[in-house]
Amino acid sequence: MIHNGAEAETIDPQVLTGQPDGRVASALFEGLTRFDPRTGRGVPGLAHSWDISPDGLRYTFHLRTNAAFSTGEPIHAEDFVWSWRRAVDPVTAADYSGFFFYVKGGQAIATGATNRLETLGIRAVDPATFEVTLVNPTPFFPDLCAMRIMAVIPRATVERLGDQWVRADPLPCSGPYQLESWRPNDRIRLRANPHYWDAASVGCERVDLLSGDSPTAALNLYLTGDVDFLIDKVVIPSELGDVLVRRPDFHSYAYLATYFFRFNVTRKPFDDPRVRRAIGLVVDRRRIVERITRMGEQPASALTPPGTGGYVPPAGLGHAALLATNAADYAVAMRAAALEAQRLLAEAGYPGGSGFPPFTYMFNAGGGGGARQHENIGVEMQASLREHLGLQMELRPVEWKTYLSDMSQLNFDMIRGSWVGDYQDPTTFLDCFLADSGNNRTGWRSTRYDGLLSAAAAEPDSAKRFALLREAETLLVREEAPIVTLYSYVGLFAFDPERWEGIHPNLTGEHPVWAIRRRVAGGARSAVASATAP
Amino acid sequence: MYFLRRLLFLLPLTLLIITLAFFLVRVAPGGPFDRERRPASPAVERALAARYHLDESLVSQYLRFLGLRWERQPDGSWKRAPGGLITGDLGLSLKYRNHSVSDIIRQGLPISLTLGGTAFLFALGFGIPMGFYTAVRRGGAGDWMGSLLALVFICVPGFVIGPVLILLLALKAGWFPVGLWGTASHVVLPMTALGLYFGGRVARLTREGVGQALQSEFVRTAHAKGLSPAGVLLRHALPLGVMPVVSYSGPMLADLLTGSFVVENIFQIPGIGVFMVNSSLSRDYTMVVGLVLLYALMLLVLNLAVDLAYSLLDPRVRHD
Amino acid sequence: MTDAVRSTTLAAPPLTPNQRAWRRLRRHRPALISALLLGAVLLLALLVPWLSPYATGQASDLQFSAPDRAHWFGTDVHGRDVFTRVFAGARISLLVGAVGAGVSLVIGVVWGMVAGYVGGRLDGLLMRIVDVLYSLPSIVFVIVLITTLEGHVKRWVGGWAPEWVPAARLMFLFAGLGAVSWLTMARIVRGQVLSLRTRPFVMASQSLGASHRRILLRHILPNVTGVVIVYLTLTVPAIILYESFLSYLGLGIQPPDASLGTLIAEGAAQINPLRVFWWLIVCPGSVLALTLLALNFLGDGLRDALDPREG
Repeated sequence: MIHNGAEAETIDPQVLTGQPDGRVASALFEGLTRFDPRTGRGVPGLAHSWDISPDGLRYTFHLRTNAAFSTGEPIHAEDFVWSWRRAVDPVTAADYSGFFFYVKGGQAIATGATNRLETLGIRAVDPATFEVTLVNPTPFFPDLCAMRIMAVIPRATVERLGDQWVRADPLPCSGPYQLESWRPNDRIRLRANPHYWDAASVGCERVDLLSGDSPTAALNLYLTGDVDFLIDKVVIPSELGDVLVRRPDFHSYAYLATYFFRFNVTRKPFDDPRVRRAIGLVVDRRRIVERITRMGEQPASALTPPGTGGYVPPAGLGHAALLATNAADYAVAMRAAALEAQRLLAEAGYPGGSGFPPFTYMFNAGGGGGARQHENIGVEMQASLREHLGLQMELRPVEWKTYLSDMSQLNFDMIRGSWVGDYQDPTTFLDCFLADSGNNRTGWRSTRYDGLLSAAAAEPDSAKRFALLREAETLLVREEAPIVTLYSYVGLFAFDPERWEGIHPNLTGEHPVWAIRRRVAGGARSAVASATAP
Repeated sequence: MYFLRRLLFLLPLTLLIITLAFFLVRVAPGGPFDRERRPASPAVERALAARYHLDESLVSQYLRFLGLRWERQPDGSWKRAPGGLITGDLGLSLKYRNHSVSDIIRQGLPISLTLGGTAFLFALGFGIPMGFYTAVRRGGAGDWMGSLLALVFICVPGFVIGPVLILLLALKAGWFPVGLWGTASHVVLPMTALGLYFGGRVARLTREGVGQALQSEFVRTAHAKGLSPAGVLLRHALPLGVMPVVSYSGPMLADLLTGSFVVENIFQIPGIGVFMVNSSLSRDYTMVVGLVLLYALMLLVLNLAVDLAYSLLDPRVRHD
Repeated sequence: MTDAVRSTTLAAPPLTPNQRAWRRLRRHRPALISALLLGAVLLLALLVPWLSPYATGQASDLQFSAPDRAHWFGTDVHGRDVFTRVFAGARISLLVGAVGAGVSLVIGVVWGMVAGYVGGRLDGLLMRIVDVLYSLPSIVFVIVLITTLEGHVKRWVGGWAPEWVPAARLMFLFAGLGAVSWLTMARIVRGQVLSLRTRPFVMASQSLGASHRRILLRHILPNVTGVVIVYLTLTVPAIILYESFLSYLGLGIQPPDASLGTLIAEGAAQINPLRVFWWLIVCPGSVLALTLLALNFLGDGLRDALDPREG
């Protein structure tokens, strides 16, 4: 039995957005590739192989002959054509249809510029061959193909039931599992799909995915053995993080996500980069990760976490201190940073903070897991800004929807933010701060930044491409600083390694359910095929 | 007559309440589909709003919700938009988009009813005797101990008593499960956590009510007439004494039966108490209205029952 | 017991009702102790900024240190002194409780008395209003209240007293809490009055031509005082805990300030089998529990002292 975190909002792979939803949908539906449980990257799924044209723009996928839905109907290339067209059609209202911007014609359809779905650059060459034409060479395209929204869904069922097609009984599934039952706020029960092409590798015949918001309850259930896996960090009590990460059954790993805060650059005095940089220099990142988050997070000064697809992020504000190897060096470097910050602030016209208007730092309160930590981090920042810059920062917790609405409408001075990368490439982070990105939400627009990113997109050479991206990111986290990064997240999951295997740390936190299996104990017992059996 | 009129008023009143809720929740900032990550394009955002008719004017959304909106068909004829309150359809949840509101209520309500009902009986079961005892022994050691206990139950919040019960009786002693739902043993701890608080309040109210009844003229008269003390207490003082508890029972039972956010959260119980709070926070418009409908009906019926109970307990009470 | 009380008070020289009540209250030992305890908490809460060597929000490097001589209640995640925070929090919680109780007392009692005494259509109307307000989701109400009005009020307050801007949030909290705190009180009082108005002594006054006002004030009010006081003392903890719930949702007081309720809500996470920083829950919890107990016993004493039938 797996604790899956919050209740799934929808399991339609094309419209879902949440991580718990994604885990369910990944178990039920598969695309051309699937996530490798060790690396989290796309490896052959319903396609057993693919060819790439020399210019990197044309992918030809070869489907498996035994690819079939759980109802036994075979899966052909036409099914992919139909599924992808539905996903990219704005009428479907898929939040993640941005993944199709990489495919020729995708952006025009998804943004409503054209409603001719057949202009999407995909083609069924024959029932077993599927061809995709891309806009730019996209080295991480096989990773994208493992995404939920790229999965193949049963056309006949969708056409019969419309939006509510996932409630069909039986629901034809293309992934390793099929849906047995779904009780809202309680559990989703999965049963292995006998028609799955790789049914032999599916570790557990039956899996219960429990849903609930309370970290305390989840931990209790885990400790008593009612639940075998805690897979979502949201339901792991953050107050106990430092105790838990030391236990042998809790596994923490670097996760492709960053904690930062945004400035509203349309408001004075945050329209002045010197002010933003001064603030970015004095926040005490080490104190935050060592005393507040305490699960082994890495303090960070750049937006892209280290190790993203071989990219090396640039040094952001306050980076010098993070290089310190001991507390004394760190203190020295922090003092130097504070001096630099005071100088910048004075230059901007606020020597010692005098004349600086009072301002607020907004963050979301309530809800699961880390919300308490947002407040704690705010308190630490408040102290740093008062001590080093003489600034009065008011803390303002707001409930989730107000937070989102104020953030979108630029109704804040400074606001907490975080971003989870979708695939292992820096653009999954850097694209957010394009001038026209809906996720920018700082009011910051830079033609130079946008230019660097589009130059990088067209650049076939990986090293040159990364250099362009680095230059853009330097602008973002060092020179202009519309955002200030605090740390890179860690992921955390829990299971008893003596009894279970198949979950591995990886950057994107993809832990496919099919790979989970019971360890064969003492050789006497054969692998028990039920995750729920005691 | 009085009660018949009250019954007749039930429906318009419920309608008024859900109408207020319908507009109130839409005035709150943000919408059901606001997320940390914006959709790929404004076209997608528009399509999403159109799909759930959130792009229409508030009035037409309201008519649609009632089931009184006529739409022009492609052939020029007019047809009523499907669904709506008059057909008993509360619509799809806007957060849990694969479930209808009635679906979610149907799954969770029996659980919340069981938990709330047992907690209510538990609260009355120890609250009334405790209050009665402390009232009779007023000023004595028994009063002291009883009142102290009742007050402790009132002062310790559910989010403390729940984890303490789990720690001691589930994790350390292993007598009960730490959470989830299914068997009778799953009910015990959450029922206790929920019932202790209300029971404490019931005990305090009973103590006050009985104490007053004991001094009322006709209980004294009954004493003077030579009825046995026990008979007087039970036949005369108790019915009058529980009047405050009866008043309190209407709202209390409505709260209990529609689930407790704190207790359901701590014990991870799939009731509807969690939705009561979360639907407001996630601006799940349809869900909020559906739950308010349920809650309002329950409260109105229970308060009607309370008024009925007044006349039964004290025959002199007239509702005219 | 009651007889003994009565005979002693009867033997005393004639006194005005107020003097009698005061005398009885002084003789009620638990009430007296409670009053002293409450006074002490109140005093500490008011004076803690001057008494404590630590500023309320002052962080230090001493994270999660157990209670000792320097920090009587230990320190928290930021190394702040919990003692200082608990009593600064008590100030907010007591204020919140007092406001809730005040609204409940004024609106709830009047509303309930009028409804119960007049009866008929007015009773129906007043009680249906209570039902409607009770049924509406209070969280949404508070959200709407805060988001639609806070900006305006802040600008308005900022115009003449910028240092009071943070307090504006508190005002909304009070409004939100006040809006829900009186409803059950109204129902309970009405229930009592429905029964009281048919009692012989009320009937007698009516037939003697006493005005409604006089009957309400002289006969009805004294007889509901007991229930009112008991329910008031039950309202205070409920309001204090409701405040912590709203704060948890980001609708209450603003950090780094904290109330007793939020401190306890935070401390509740310490009740776990793995590691317990016990002082974070025990210290604020026992201060709140003691305060509320004292409040209840004081209420009991007051109730006995004001009872018209005794003495």
